[in-house]
Amino acid sequence: MSLPSIDLSKLRYILATDCGSTTTKAILVEKIGNSWRQTQRAEAPTTVEEPFADVTIGVSNALTEIGELAGRRFIADDGTIIRRKSDTDANGCDLYISTSSAGGGLQMVVAGVVAQMTAASAKRAALGAGAIVMDTIAANDKRKPHERIQRIRELRPDMVLISGGTDGGNVQQVVQLAEQIAPAKPRPRFGGAYELPVIFAGNKDAAAQVKQIFGAAGEKGFDLAVVDNLRPSLEQENLGPARDKIHDVFLEHVMAHAPGYDRLMAWSDAPIMPTPGAVGDILQRIAARDGLNAVCVDIGGATTDVFSVFGGTFNRTVSANLGMSYSISNVCAEAGLENVLRWVHIDMDERELRNRVKNKMIRPTTIPQSAEALVFEQAVAREALRLAYVQHKEFATTLKGVQQQRTVGDLFAQVASGQSIVDDMRLDLLVASGGVLSHAPRMEQTAAMLVDSFEPQGFTQLAKDSIFMMPHLGVLASVHSVAAMEVFERDCLVRLGWSVAAKGEGKWGRKCFSYRVSGAVVAAGELGCGDVALVRVGPEQEVEVVVEPAKDFDLGAGPGKSVTRRVKGGTVGILFDARGRPLTLPESAVDRKAAVARWAKVWST
Amino acid sequence: MAKAYTPGLKVSARTNFRARRLLPVQGDVLVKLGDRVRARDIVARTFIDGDVVPVAVASLLSVQAADLPDLLLVKIGDEVAAGQIIARSKGIFGFGKKEVASPSAGTVESVSATTGQMMLRGAQLAVETKAYIDGTVVEILPGEGAVVETDAVFVQGIFGIGGETIGAIRMASATPNAILDAAQIKPDMKGCVVVGGARITAVAVKAAQAAGVAAIVSGGIDDSDLKAILGYDLGVAITGTEKIGLTIVVTEGFGDIAMAERTFALLKSFEGREASVNGATQIRAGVMRPEIIIARTAADPEPTHGARTEAGALEIGTQVRLIRDPHFGVLASVTALPNEPAVLESGSKARVLEVAFSDGRRVTVPRANVELIET
Repeated sequence: MSLPSIDLSKLRYILATDCGSTTTKAILVEKIGNSWRQTQRAEAPTTVEEPFADVTIGVSNALTEIGELAGRRFIADDGTIIRRKSDTDANGCDLYISTSSAGGGLQMVVAGVVAQMTAASAKRAALGAGAIVMDTIAANDKRKPHERIQRIRELRPDMVLISGGTDGGNVQQVVQLAEQIAPAKPRPRFGGAYELPVIFAGNKDAAAQVKQIFGAAGEKGFDLAVVDNLRPSLEQENLGPARDKIHDVFLEHVMAHAPGYDRLMAWSDAPIMPTPGAVGDILQRIAARDGLNAVCVDIGGATTDVFSVFGGTFNRTVSANLGMSYSISNVCAEAGLENVLRWVHIDMDERELRNRVKNKMIRPTTIPQSAEALVFEQAVAREALRLAYVQHKEFATTLKGVQQQRTVGDLFAQVASGQSIVDDMRLDLLVASGGVLSHAPRMEQTAAMLVDSFEPQGFTQLAKDSIFMMPHLGVLASVHSVAAMEVFERDCLVRLGWSVAAKGEGKWGRKCFSYRVSGAVVAAGELGCGDVALVRVGPEQEVEVVVEPAKDFDLGAGPGKSVTRRVKGGTVGILFDARGRPLTLPESAVDRKAAVARWAKVWST
Repeated sequence: MAKAYTPGLKVSARTNFRARRLLPVQGDVLVKLGDRVRARDIVARTFIDGDVVPVAVASLLSVQAADLPDLLLVKIGDEVAAGQIIARSKGIFGFGKKEVASPSAGTVESVSATTGQMMLRGAQLAVETKAYIDGTVVEILPGEGAVVETDAVFVQGIFGIGGETIGAIRMASATPNAILDAAQIKPDMKGCVVVGGARITAVAVKAAQAAGVAAIVSGGIDDSDLKAILGYDLGVAITGTEKIGLTIVVTEGFGDIAMAERTFALLKSFEGREASVNGATQIRAGVMRPEIIIARTAADPEPTHGARTEAGALEIGTQVRLIRDPHFGVLASVTALPNEPAVLESGSKARVLEVAFSDGRRVTVPRANVELIET
């Protein structure tokens, strides 16, 4: 689908939706005088499940609500979008665009000839791309061919990765493996014309025969991609190309698709962008314009997306099974409930919490009502964010795709190659987006979640997407970049303030650093390890900040060296963080709860 | 009009149900269009090669591979029985003879001249697909299987584990809010689909496994019990292939939650009848829910209710269930639907509604945290 020819000068009412896995968010962008403003916002549950099983119903519900708020009708009686025919029309819009991540997480089946060799490498590639591996098929997995086929059918994977054979090695067994997977013809979970993506990353000599088995796109119901062998020789592992391909295919083919996607495409005036694609685009524009190193996170119901721009290099990861509704149970399973609970300073019953997590998973649209439920949900969010950022750092490496020598002893170890280009000390701007961050009742809660999970070092500006509209603006930028950037500056980005955090570790209570704030606000103090302090500096207030670290701590200029910066504040202010990096919490439950309660109190002062 | 959105579980006293029954590999379809089939009938079958059992004959006789042909008592293509002597060495001056017995039944497929290893091919294995439901064959998928259709009672659960099974319905709880514990599991429930009321406990599941119960259907389950049953913490809800000896279907959710009265009454009214149950669940876009299907007969009374799908309009007086703490599982009726969003105890702003509990107490809850209940 190519961009339609749109006369930008005639646009006045623009509707944009983001169809998330759980919620469909709609915004109205209007031309008021000569400027573009976001004027209304509404949301409705995403309707990918029965009895609706059509994503456009959720869109229609969200647009109906936004119409009620705006005093204009956008949805006709037949459920379609009303278009303005003239400037005097009291109803309708001029442009409708959308992003989608309604397809949710990524679940894969991987296959290799030998379970402990190529199949194990394939599994590592899939895990590295953020997928859940539903099953590992291998020629020596002791299952009969029909059992493997039945299993694939039942699982309905989103994607299949086939490896096997070293380059120049075994062809027959790899081809046999492909021959067993093809007849499984897994029924795609979205139905319709969706073709099952298959990635072949095995013996290059087998590629031609594998292509024959799966056929060309549109021929046999598969969409085959061939990439470099992930195990070119027994001693070498080359996961990069397969992992990158999984990521790309997920983003382009799986994530956005959902029941009713064809109708949504017909409604939209521009190609539907996968949500992470849209958010990534807008972040790159800001980073390039302001010359910043920036990280943005968008935490959703099924996935958590992390974007970074360091030294102009853009990286994007979609942690396909870390999220706050469909994936909440997986966050708790991956992080461990004890890691979630370390962020909770009040007593909670574990049995009750476990049930709460599963109930959120099976009824993803519910929201926390009590203060206690919110504390727990934000604790889960911290772990989801932390895990997603770890994965992003492993992915965003300097030496992507470089082959790694493996020995027999390394077979079960999962070690990423290359060095991460994400440098927390060089990070200038950290942006929060997604429901749990954008809709936290208090700005301080958003800032606290960001600092606790990303552990920024030195001076880092914190910001949030005010009402969660970065995806909408990303897709809008593809049609009307001026409108997108105007709305981004005026209505989207809320500057929360700054995190000023010392890198290093020390015994709690020992001096970490002292700070002096002068200018519009005056404050000073000394922080021992394990302490935090919040100085309120408003968004329009400018101050000079001087920090002097103890000799083992670094605030950006090197260990023990003072730093002076002029900064503008934010809705929260400046958080001085002497908890050390990496951030470690006390081991004793009593001390930990006391520390978390103390930090929470500082945030709320 | 405001809509309450829930996973949309279907509970129907009468619906048309179709099951697509396929072989994993090509084979013979054993039924014809229009055939009446029972759930346990096989609709399609194929045979696959038996397992290969390698027998290191030369090594076991302590002879060279080249000497083996003279010592073999069977030849390629022969069928051998388990324990049958397949080779015998000559010994020295007739003494110290060694023998090799076949470890399993099969056909001699090959004998390697290089290694002296014999390959025994086991008997062909049948791969079969059952009808799963009592019904009529309405479509033949040549070489693959058939589609079976029936007029059925259909209940979708919200979460399940374990695959397809068939058994007679047996009520283990007298009321929908009774916890299903080990004491309610009886030895004569073997092969049955046992229906409980509210939460099922891990010890009840253990007792059911020991009794050979086919499936358990109940209102709720504790996640900690689920972890104990599975032996691991379930992260992503993609289930159906667990090998735990039975199938579990939870109709309402996790924790102490009673089965919806109508679901309970519906299952109770079909006590003794055979039900087909599948615990397979996939909670993601393109959701898949566990199911209980009972084929109806002409003698079954006409249902008084239509299909219930838990989604619809919220109005004053509408019966709802609260699906989020602090009132999880409580039934109530809507008393007010304010238009303006309200600030919750958590500090968040959301659209809310006011409900009254059966004791007259009134509370305000987010609209997102209720689901409709048909009374």
